[in-house]
Formats: sequence, C-alpha cells, structure tokens
Amino acid sequence: MSLDLEMEEIVKIFFAESFEGLDAMESGLLTLDAHADRQTIDTIFRAAHSIKGGAGTFGFLEIAQFAHSVETLLDEMRKGVRCVTHDAVQLLLQSVDVIREMTQFAQAKQPILTARADALSRELARILAQQADRPSVPAPNGVEGWRIQFKPEPTLFKTRNDPIRIFSELSRLGPLEVTPHVDRMPPLGTMDPTLCYLYWTLLIKAPVERTRLVEVFDWVETVSTIVYEPLFGADTAPPPAAPTALKAGTDFGSLRVSTDKVDALINLVGELVITQSMLGRFAEKFAAQDLESLRRGLIQLERNTRELQESVMQIRMLPIGFSFNRFPRLVHDLSRQLGKKVELKLTGENTELDKTVLEKIGDPLVHLVRNALDHGMEPPEQRVAAGKSETGTLELNAFHEGGSIIIEVKDDGAGFNKARILEKGRERGLVPENDALTDEQIYNLIFVAGFSTAAEVSDVSGRGVGMDVVRRNVNDLGGHVQISSAEGIGSTIRIRLPLTLAIIEGQLLRVGKEIYVASLVSIIETVQPTRAQLSVVAGRSEVFKHRDGYLPIIRLHDLFDIEPDSRDIAAGLLVVVEAGGRRASILVDELLAQQQVVIKSLETHFKQVPGLAGAMIHGDGTVALILDVPGLINHFLERQAARIELAA
Amino acid sequence: MSTEAGTGTATATVNAAAEGRQTERYLSFMLGGEEYGVDILRVQEIKVWDTVTRVPYSPPYVLGVINLRGSIVPVIDLRIRFGLERVTQDATTVIIVVQVPGDRAERTVGMVVDAVADVHDVARQSILPLPDALGPIEKVFVRGLADQGGKLLILLDIESLIVSSLAGESKAVA
Repeated sequence: MSLDLEMEEIVKIFFAESFEGLDAMESGLLTLDAHADRQTIDTIFRAAHSIKGGAGTFGFLEIAQFAHSVETLLDEMRKGVRCVTHDAVQLLLQSVDVIREMTQFAQAKQPILTARADALSRELARILAQQADRPSVPAPNGVEGWRIQFKPEPTLFKTRNDPIRIFSELSRLGPLEVTPHVDRMPPLGTMDPTLCYLYWTLLIKAPVERTRLVEVFDWVETVSTIVYEPLFGADTAPPPAAPTALKAGTDFGSLRVSTDKVDALINLVGELVITQSMLGRFAEKFAAQDLESLRRGLIQLERNTRELQESVMQIRMLPIGFSFNRFPRLVHDLSRQLGKKVELKLTGENTELDKTVLEKIGDPLVHLVRNALDHGMEPPEQRVAAGKSETGTLELNAFHEGGSIIIEVKDDGAGFNKARILEKGRERGLVPENDALTDEQIYNLIFVAGFSTAAEVSDVSGRGVGMDVVRRNVNDLGGHVQISSAEGIGSTIRIRLPLTLAIIEGQLLRVGKEIYVASLVSIIETVQPTRAQLSVVAGRSEVFKHRDGYLPIIRLHDLFDIEPDSRDIAAGLLVVVEAGGRRASILVDELLAQQQVVIKSLETHFKQVPGLAGAMIHGDGTVALILDVPGLINHFLERQAARIELAA
Repeated sequence: MSTEAGTGTATATVNAAAEGRQTERYLSFMLGGEEYGVDILRVQEIKVWDTVTRVPYSPPYVLGVINLRGSIVPVIDLRIRFGLERVTQDATTVIIVVQVPGDRAERTVGMVVDAVADVHDVARQSILPLPDALGPIEKVFVRGLADQGGKLLILLDIESLIVSSLAGESKAVA
C-alpha cells in the first residue's frame, strides 16, 4: 500500500469516527436539554475533544479551531463553573451542525466554508466572555415560542432572498412549523414566476430571544411585513422528548464492513442456495445412479459452508495494524508540534483481534500515544542533559499471551512523576493528607476523570480527558490497564484484553478421559522424557532437564484432579510451554489434533476458573476447556508454595 | 368425576387470568420423590442429557459445562446440591435450563432433575412459609410451600439457589 493510499484509509476512519462522535454529541445535548447530568456532559466533551484532536492531526484546521471553542465551553460546564442553559445547549447543537457540515466539506475534498462557523464562534465567544457562574435562565421572560407573520413583498426574489434559507435558519433555533398562505396566488395564466405570491405563518417552539429572530430576518426586513408574537406556556406544545433511543446507538452492533466483503458473502450464499436446491432434488426422487452426484453435492456443501464460515470470521477479525497505521503520522505531526524528537517502533501489527475490540481500542491508544508524547517524552535538550539519546523511542507492541491480547505503549521518556501526581491528588482531595500510597495506588489516580498534572492546557493534552476514557473503554471490553514506570527511564502502559472474541491456533491435549486445549503460540516443543532427564528437588518439586536448564513439571492430572492413563512421567509426554517470560513443562497423556479454536467465555454463565482461559466447542458439539498457560504456571507455583508451607 | 375435575381446572385458569398477578405459574419437577416448583418465567427450555465437560475446582454438584447453541453453560445436579443420593445420568436424564440475573447479563444455567412433572398455578396468598424448625439452608433455597390438592409443592427460590451454587471464586484446594 502506498503512503497516500494508507493515509486515505486513515482519514476515512477519522471521518467515520467524527460522524459517530457528532451523533453522540447531538444525542447527548438533547438529553442535556431535558436534564443536565455530569456523565452526559463528559460524554459530549470527550466526543468534541476527539474530533478536535483528529481534525488537528489531519490538517483540517478550520474544524479543529472551531471545535476548540466548543470544547472550551463544554469544559466549563464539565467543571461546573458554568450552568447548562437552554441557550448554551442550542448553541452547541448548532455547533454540532456546523462541525458536521465542515466535516462533510472536508470529506468531499472541498474548501471548508467558515462563514457559519465564524458567526457561531462569535456567539460562543460572547457566551464565554459572560460571567461564568451566571444563574440558569431557562427562558427569557417566560417566553416559550414565537408566532411570526412573514409577508414579503412580491418582489422578494428580486432582492436575491430565498425564504427557504430563512426557514432553515429559523429551524436551527428550535422546532419550526411553517404554514403557507396561498390567497395572494393569481390564476395560473396571469402568474409571473419571478414574483413571490406566498406568505407564511411561522410557529417556532423554542424560548428564543427576539433579537435572534430579528437577525434572521435582517435581510428581508425592508421588503416584508414581519410581525413577531410571543407565545407563553400553554400556547406551545410540550417540547419533544429527548430521543433516548438514539443514545450512543453507534457503539452497539454497528460494524464498518467494506462492500467487497459483503458482496463476497452474498456470492457465497448464492452458491450455497444453488447447492441446496441441487441436493433438494434428491429428496423428491432418488435413484441408485444418483449416488455419485449426491456425494459431489455434499462435498460442495461442505466447501460452501467452510468458505462461508471463513468469510464471516474474516469480517470480524482484523490485524491490529489497522489501528496502528494511524500512529506514524500522528507521532510525526505531534512531535514536530511539540518540538520533540521521537522514533516510533511498531511490532506485532499482524496480531489479529476482533473488529469490535479493534474499533474500541483505537481511541484509547490515541490518548495514550498523545500522553506519552506530551507528558512522557522530554524535549531533546533535556534528554541529552539526562544522558539519554536525543531521539526518544515510542514503542507500540501487540502480542498474544495466554488467554489475552496485550497491547503495550512504551516510551523511554521521563516516566510518571509520582510526587506531582500525589500532590495533585491531595489538591483535589482525592488522597487524604499524610496517607501513604503504594505506587499502584498513585498511578491509579491518573484514571480519575478530569485528573491532569499538566501545568497548562495545551492543544494536545492536559485537560485530563484520556486516562479515564482509556480505562473505561478497556474495562468495557473486559480487559484492564496496568502502568509501570520508572522516573527518568520511561513508562509502559499495558492493556490486557481478553481473547474471548478471538480465535487461536490450538493444540488439543488428552489427560485420561479429558481433553484440554493449549494455544500453539505458548508451546515450544513436546518431548517424551527419559528417566535420566527427571529429578526431584528436595523430595517435592519434580523437574525436567530440558536442554541447558531445568523446568518444573506440572502434572495436569494432579492439578485438575483427573484420572490419568499413567502417573509415571516417563510414560507420558511433556509439553514445554513459555508464557510471561517463564517456562514450564506440562505432563499430559497424549497430543491430539491441532486446530483453529474459537474461544468461548466460561465466565458469562459460570465463572473464572484458575488456569483456564475459556472453552471451545468440538465439531460434535461437546465442550473442551482451554488452558490459560501463564495463569496455569502461576497457579501451579502458588499451589506448590502453599503445599510447602503446609508441610513445614 | 372427570368432568368435575375438568371444570375445576378451567375455573382455576379463568380465576388465574382474572386475578392477574395474584397467581404465579410454576413448572414442577420431581426430585427424590418430592415435587419442586420453579417460577416458569425463569425457565428457558428443557433439554435431554448431553455430554457434560467437567470443570476443575468445581463443587461436586456442578457437573460441568455443556454447549447450549454456542454458549458455555454450567450444569448443576440438584440431587447432589440437596444432599440426596447420587444417580448416574443417562439418556433419560432431563436438564431444565433456567435464566437468572447475573452480574452483567442474564445467566443461563442447567439443572439436572429426576423428571419434569407439571405446570401449576399457585395463588400467591396460598403460599405458606417454611416451618421455623427448618435449617437456614432450606430457607435460602425455598420460597415457600404450596398445597396443590393435598400434594406438597416446594417452591424454589431459583435465583438464590443458583447464585449460591455458583458464587465465589474457584479456589484450588492445596
């Protein structure tokens, strides 16, 4: 893929995400209009923040600038220094429209028109300049709407005014009802198409200030008669209920799939239908000589099914490279903007994960990378002074580990400043004075919404959005975030996501009558041990000499309480596994097939079990359990330790 | 006699409909000679015995897990749960699949019983509390007793039965 094409792909993702974000803002604002709550404001704010960030990254400065002022207003609401007024919400809704329009322009590769944005920016600036803690004014003078008699001179069109534009402008102020009057209409024969015969009664059901309406009619004032009539209370219909059904709808069940893939699926289904009708014939009449064609039909059916299954899987599974792709550009631009030198290293781009997970992990990763660059990475001078290379390294790694996918964001920057985090935590009253915290507890403070140690709010980060979103998104996916950091050396943020949705290459193992599955990646080799290779340390711990070292032997039958074929190690097989940097050997009776395994959750209806990552379903419908190799090793070691304690 | 009984049932049904929430409908099953009832709204399906895969570190009454149309669902043997004599499962063994609220979503669990018996409409005011003399364990599982034409129907509190059966982290015994 050429760089340009790649860029194209990434920009596409930005547009799609922006439109989703705008939808989320819109439905959030509509909820807010009904009743204000912190959670909703946070959601709207984050959406605005993401759009601003993305627009900036991809060079849509007009959008970024405008979104910035929107974000500032939202930030004040979020911090509680500004009341959520109806006017402000309306203004924000209009802003959403403007951003959407600008984004559409950008998407169509047209110049972005900023006339409306500029007007709204002024309005936003005006509101921002007002006393921040101004009390909430639901409606000026209790006015709940307006009835406007709009009777333009027939010569209206000649002044180059179009009433449609006025109406659409009005409809942005609130729900609008337009009633045209046709009594000025002449008979068709005498009608002059350049004249305006219609006039209108407009009903706007929103507590708008009169000046706003006058503004709209500014251009046509001289050529029309306009009567504004305020409506109070009962005259207006109740405001439409906030469309709760819309809430965050885009997050659920929507999957962006290229039409090619869908077409391929349709073709496969088409083939399947043909095969089915072919086989269906045999049900009506079957002669012995048809046996061969029946067999062929069944083979075809099997192939169709397999291909269909593969295509469906294909839709869901994507390499994480899709998400990683956007980072070279982002890091490039950001580091230049921040005056830092950073080299980005990507590994494990081909690690596959479920599309849903992939989509949801995108935003958190962007936040983490931004944070790492802005807060973690030091400027070149400072790095040199600290005896480090001028260019910092930022690593993004993805790999499978046992029952999980790990995504690491690793930098060799300054690391987290624990003292500063603690101080901020105290300032915000999150940590009681004189309370000693562990490193982990201190790092956990970063995940509190609105927590930021940045001295100044920058374009890049520092508003304290981010880590809370990161944690929430990851938790929603059933994973967790872990921070490790050393001051002056760097920090690593590890996102562990469950494999539940993923597929692994599995090795089937038999112990007695039971079958277990181990992920093939964790298996180094399988050996048939000789007695010479086996010893017992301190009368308890069995070890196996493997190449140059000794490995502990995990008797699976012992650990899981299974009746094995034989308890003699030399009669079984030792599967040498590695996970989390540790090696061990697992004693089993027999190796069975290797196959692709869809991991099913054991937790959904049952619970987590030590040493197990989930379950799989065999072709015959029975269930086999999947070993969580790192978990199994840990579990084995804990058990050994407990045994030794008991014996002592 | 048979006509009378028929009319009786019909009346009961009409009453049940008229009283709305005043009656509860139970699916009953046999276990060790007693008839137990479970809220029919909790019952998802009844299925025949299927190969169960044992899960390590499970209590004895959790027989293991089965594949229920792609979901991995645990199966509890109520005989063992209630401390009754163990019976080997075979092709005639029945599993009642119930749904109870879980931490995140509905939890689906299979229960092995001796046989499925009947469907009963039980008037709410006719449900009797358990005698005080019974132990705390019974009180957790049993919602109440109902007299169905001279026969005792033990109404299970299926939710707390399931939750207590599957609760807690599996811990390996050292």
